[in-house]
Amino acid sequence: MSVPVLEVQDLTVEYVSDERAVRGADRVSFAIHSGEIFGLAGESGCGKSTIANSIMRLLKDPARITHGKILFEGQDVLGMDEAELRAWRWNNVAMVFQSAMNSLNPVTRIGEQFVDVIRTHRGGTRAAAVQRAEELLTMVRIDPARLRAYPHQLSGGQRQRIVIAMACALNPRLLILDEPTTALDVVVQQEILEQIRELQSELGFAILFITHDMSLMLELSDRIGIMYGGRIVELAPAPSLRHGSKHPYTQALLGAFPPLHGPKVKLTGLAEGTRFTNIKDLRQVGEGHWVAPTQAPVLTQGELP
Amino acid sequence: MTQNATDPQTLAASQPAEESGSARARVSATRLLRTLLRNGKAVAGLSILLAFIILALLAPALFPGDPSRITSAGASAPSMEHWLGTTSKGQDVLGLTLWGARSSLFVGFAAGILSTIVGVLVGLSGAYFGRGLDEVLSLVTNVFLLVPGLPLLVILAAFMPPGLGTVIVVLMITGWAGSARVMRSQAMSIRGKDYVAAALVSGERPLRIMVREMLPNMASVVMTTLLGCIIGSIGAQAGLEFLGLGDVNTISWGTNLFWATSDGSLMLGQWWIFVPSGLAIALVAFALALCNYAVDEITNPRLRRPKHATKSTAATTVVRKEEK
Amino acid sequence: MSFLLRRLGFYLLAFWASITLNFLLPRLMPGDPVTRMLSRSQQRLEPQQVEALRTLMGVDGGPIIPEYFGYLSRVLTGDFGMSISRFPTPVSEVIASQLPWTLLLGLTSLIFAVILGNLLGILAAWRRGGFLDSVAPPLLVFIGSFPYFWLAMGALYIFGINMGVAPMRHAFSVGLVPGFNLEFILDVAAHLVLPALTIVLVSLGGWMLGMRNTMIATNSEDYILMAEAKGLRPHRIMLNYAARNAMLPSVTSMGMSIGFIVGGALLTEVVFAYPGVGYQLLGAVQGLDYPLMQGMFLTITAAVLIANFLVDLVYVRLDPRVRKG
Ligand SMILES: Nc1ncnc2c1ncn2[C@@H]1O[C@H](COP(=O)(O)OP(=O)(O)O)[C@@H](O)[C@H]1O
Ligand SMILES: [Mg+2]
Repeated sequence: MSVPVLEVQDLTVEYVSDERAVRGADRVSFAIHSGEIFGLAGESGCGKSTIANSIMRLLKDPARITHGKILFEGQDVLGMDEAELRAWRWNNVAMVFQSAMNSLNPVTRIGEQFVDVIRTHRGGTRAAAVQRAEELLTMVRIDPARLRAYPHQLSGGQRQRIVIAMACALNPRLLILDEPTTALDVVVQQEILEQIRELQSELGFAILFITHDMSLMLELSDRIGIMYGGRIVELAPAPSLRHGSKHPYTQALLGAFPPLHGPKVKLTGLAEGTRFTNIKDLRQVGEGHWVAPTQAPVLTQGELP
Repeated sequence: MTQNATDPQTLAASQPAEESGSARARVSATRLLRTLLRNGKAVAGLSILLAFIILALLAPALFPGDPSRITSAGASAPSMEHWLGTTSKGQDVLGLTLWGARSSLFVGFAAGILSTIVGVLVGLSGAYFGRGLDEVLSLVTNVFLLVPGLPLLVILAAFMPPGLGTVIVVLMITGWAGSARVMRSQAMSIRGKDYVAAALVSGERPLRIMVREMLPNMASVVMTTLLGCIIGSIGAQAGLEFLGLGDVNTISWGTNLFWATSDGSLMLGQWWIFVPSGLAIALVAFALALCNYAVDEITNPRLRRPKHATKSTAATTVVRKEEK
Repeated sequence: MSFLLRRLGFYLLAFWASITLNFLLPRLMPGDPVTRMLSRSQQRLEPQQVEALRTLMGVDGGPIIPEYFGYLSRVLTGDFGMSISRFPTPVSEVIASQLPWTLLLGLTSLIFAVILGNLLGILAAWRRGGFLDSVAPPLLVFIGSFPYFWLAMGALYIFGINMGVAPMRHAFSVGLVPGFNLEFILDVAAHLVLPALTIVLVSLGGWMLGMRNTMIATNSEDYILMAEAKGLRPHRIMLNYAARNAMLPSVTSMGMSIGFIVGGALLTEVVFAYPGVGYQLLGAVQGLDYPLMQGMFLTITAAVLIANFLVDLVYVRLDPRVRKG
């Protein structure tokens, strides 16, 4: 088998404060292959963004990577120095942030923000960069004239498309989408997902897609990892997860969201106060299907730790 | 309801909301005080302040009698007899400085506290009642913020009958607006909180909601504003008195400096006459500023200085611990 | 544009409020201020001076409304009455001869303090916990705790009296004819150094800490993280992304600071006998020259309001969000 685009091995990220260290991600391993859409799902606070940001080494001070490896096409990301990292970022991996609404600089024109990333990495004239930016906007179906606009003059959906276009600017091999549609309404959400699928088939990048919304996840991803409390509890191809999830937490997640299409179903969830503790390493249970062995989940009566 | 299961944080957030605002604030106020005493800046600031207050209280015991009486020949440099020398009139500088602390601290604290009270009243009621009242109060506040303070102080002090009371009132008039603006924005954000809404629904009176529910939750902001107002008042009082607009018959750090200039001590090179009072003003203001930064740091941990120098664009640190 | 119009309206309102305060103040005070003033005044006043004061204070007891409109129209045409201490020079003439010096001192100090303070703040926030971030804030806060005029006295004592390297008083050397030539300009600059330096030193800490704190807040914004993810160079992120945004609150707070700087300039002038409005202020207070004090108050207020409007013009250039369309 060829080298995966991204390989994360036993990644542990800690947020260290004076009093204690919180594990944002705990011995997480997964791989993303060329052209694949890999989904990472789980409730908020389970460590999805921690993983996304640590891949690009973007986490800030109290956070540190204490264990594990991140390999990008076999190259050790954790060993790169600042300059290598700068050259690698966006060129090979681009990211659309959780709050893409606010990821554009509010005081400079959109065009300027395309130009600076293109020229930083590719050099070339300003005119050439502007031309490239116009192509990219056309690709996400936004009038290229809007390059002269400031972020506040655009709607949320437009801003999101622009950020996605910007992420495609250098033809990266991997695109990280951290809850790219959470702040948007349902209709726009669907348009954006459509857009992403279209771009992916055109440009062929791999995607790490993060959301807490299982129906979106199942719709878009090829393979899915389910996270809980910093750990991956189940890792499987989308179809086997949909029809044969093994971990109770996955089952609860799947039950908590209505499917996007099809008949109405009764929603179910995890009983209030249910907690999983001391999650074990994954075991293979089927073709590409891995699950953390479960003991009985701990039921803490309404009491929160 | 089942949606909640996927998001335990909304669950967790909904529970403490039952607690009333004031109960939570009482806990946070004592915690603030305790953390304050563990903060180096706060301890340093409070110690300096305490030292000055004690010296001011002890002034009548240390230098009994009228401190402005003439005790020696004019303008003698510091000596064993007069530790800080004497003024050109022959008054003991140390005595004047200690006695000066009394009126300077009193006026500074009184005016600072009054300005804060007015600021709290204006800010809270504007934020609470909103609409027309808020617009009017904000407008007045902004006008007062914009009008340059010192010239306004000067004309107010010039027209009002001279005396300590006038100085305090005048400092309050020029000082309240800054605190009102801070209070309003803080109160606005608290106004939107659940426990205020709950109190409103349960039919509590506006005054009670403002005083019992909102105010206690603004403790740290009130504290920083108060400290800022005191610093401002002490400085402004000194400026006013330096221009001869205070009560020249009371002894304060500002009037000491006024006499030092009008007697020409500066030009004659008699540094010991003007250094102590200015240094005292600076030390008190610095001590208050230290307390202020301590409160800021405690309530906004982001402002705390990290233990090691970090560049803000630094990539994530990788620390590989040997696994046991 | 509606932003600027609103601001303009607000400044006009503030100016109107100042004029009205000026009008009401002598009339609201208990007793007859003219008599009180005469009893405190050491020098003998000419009958004309007393008359001028009576008009100013409205002691004549005419109906207050027409008097008010008369006052308004006089102030708006620049007529502040006669100065008492420099009788019979009109107040406006006294102020006109001094205002330029205050503006020179105030503006020079403001510009230096703002630029230097913001730069220091940007650098301190950029390297958190570094040398600058550890040493400068406490030092500058300490210096900022001194009253303007006291630091001015200290500077004058050290550099003027002890070392003799700085001019002691006035804005230019005696005997020099004011004119637009190099000699005069250099002389004025030399006289400006110490007064401006004291003001800059006292106000620097506030600017630096303000900028540092907004920079720290800005650094955790999403667009900064995105800029890092884009692989931009650090100095570009610092200037075009972080500082460019953090500057905005700093510019907004300039409005209030202009008032402080002017206050500082007035007091510093007194120490250096710098021939600005502040130096005259001391004379006005001692000579109980109420018309002059009021005239100064209104002129300085007007200057501060105009300066604020200029700051707004700059702000509109810097923040596209307040621009229309
Ligand atoms: N700056 C931080 N300081 C301390 N702990 C943090 C910080 N950021 C995240 N965490 C911890 O890491 C966990 C995972 O956070 P995150 O990756 O943002 O979750 P998600 O993206 O899945 O919502 C959180 O539960 C939180 O406890
Ligand atoms: Mg997240």
